[in-house]
Amino acid sequence: MDKIYAHPGSLRNTTTHYCPGCGHGIAHKLVCQVIDELAIRESVIAIAPVGCAVLAYDYWDFDCTEAAHGRALAVATAIKRVRPQNIVFTYQGDGDLAAIGTNETIHAANRGENLTVIFINNAVYGMTGGQMAPTTLAGQKTATTPLGRDVKIQGYPLKISELLTQLPGVCYVERVSLQSPTEIIKAKKAIKLAFENQINKAGFSLVEVLSPCPTYWGLSPVKSMAWIKDVMSKEFPLGRIK
Amino acid sequence: MAKITIDKEKCKGCFLCVGVCPKARIKAEKTLNKKGVNPVTFEDKGDCLGCSFCAIICPDCCIEVYK
Repeated sequence: MDKIYAHPGSLRNTTTHYCPGCGHGIAHKLVCQVIDELAIRESVIAIAPVGCAVLAYDYWDFDCTEAAHGRALAVATAIKRVRPQNIVFTYQGDGDLAAIGTNETIHAANRGENLTVIFINNAVYGMTGGQMAPTTLAGQKTATTPLGRDVKIQGYPLKISELLTQLPGVCYVERVSLQSPTEIIKAKKAIKLAFENQINKAGFSLVEVLSPCPTYWGLSPVKSMAWIKDVMSKEFPLGRIK
Repeated sequence: MAKITIDKEKCKGCFLCVGVCPKARIKAEKTLNKKGVNPVTFEDKGDCLGCSFCAIICPDCCIEVYK
């Protein structure tokens, strides 16, 4: 018998601090599988975010650094410009990339930096206790919107991927989901393309990953996946945006 | 003919793998692991397809597949 699905070599064999059913574990695995398949482990540099994935460097067995909250793309820009031979990617959540880091995100994209961005959208702030994020859906209950997000007070969910497609420096934007094995396979293809774009010097690539947060959605892991399919992906449609 | 192996000490008991198995061969175990959760266990009845769906969806990389 041959092993047909193995633990990726660039993912450390350790227990993560993530809650049961958290999408970060799946997304970490996809990133590591792509890095192993492209054989870029020795040249890749990851920028870990502030958020639940702040300790990603404890799980990835390749070079990583940490940025201040929201500044991952500013740090990535510096690293890529100083070391253009390296493959540089950021791994950011919605609170990091779409709230405090909106400025850095839009300007790095507008400059057409040759970077890869993995954007984990779980519609809440996970690390700080499940507060409303810019991507929280209308009507969604969070710690800071206990009656549900009221668009007249808190505004509408921010679709950062659609916003970025307006910028000429952006080469590739796709929204994928972790809701089922088939969607996870599609997500891996998108992440691989985003890395290949950087290898081919094509410009700024972003993959938005709809990821479950069972703890702060108040759902079981299985129901969280169903919620992505039935509710979240209606607000954030899947597929290639640019 | 295929089979899976499960690292029961790493399993956090999210049961995402249970729902995606087309043959329903993954079940919750009755005994707790060191984390204090019921891990999943594989009931090998010789009909595992080796589709890897369980391994693909496992957030904690506990499952490896052989075919």
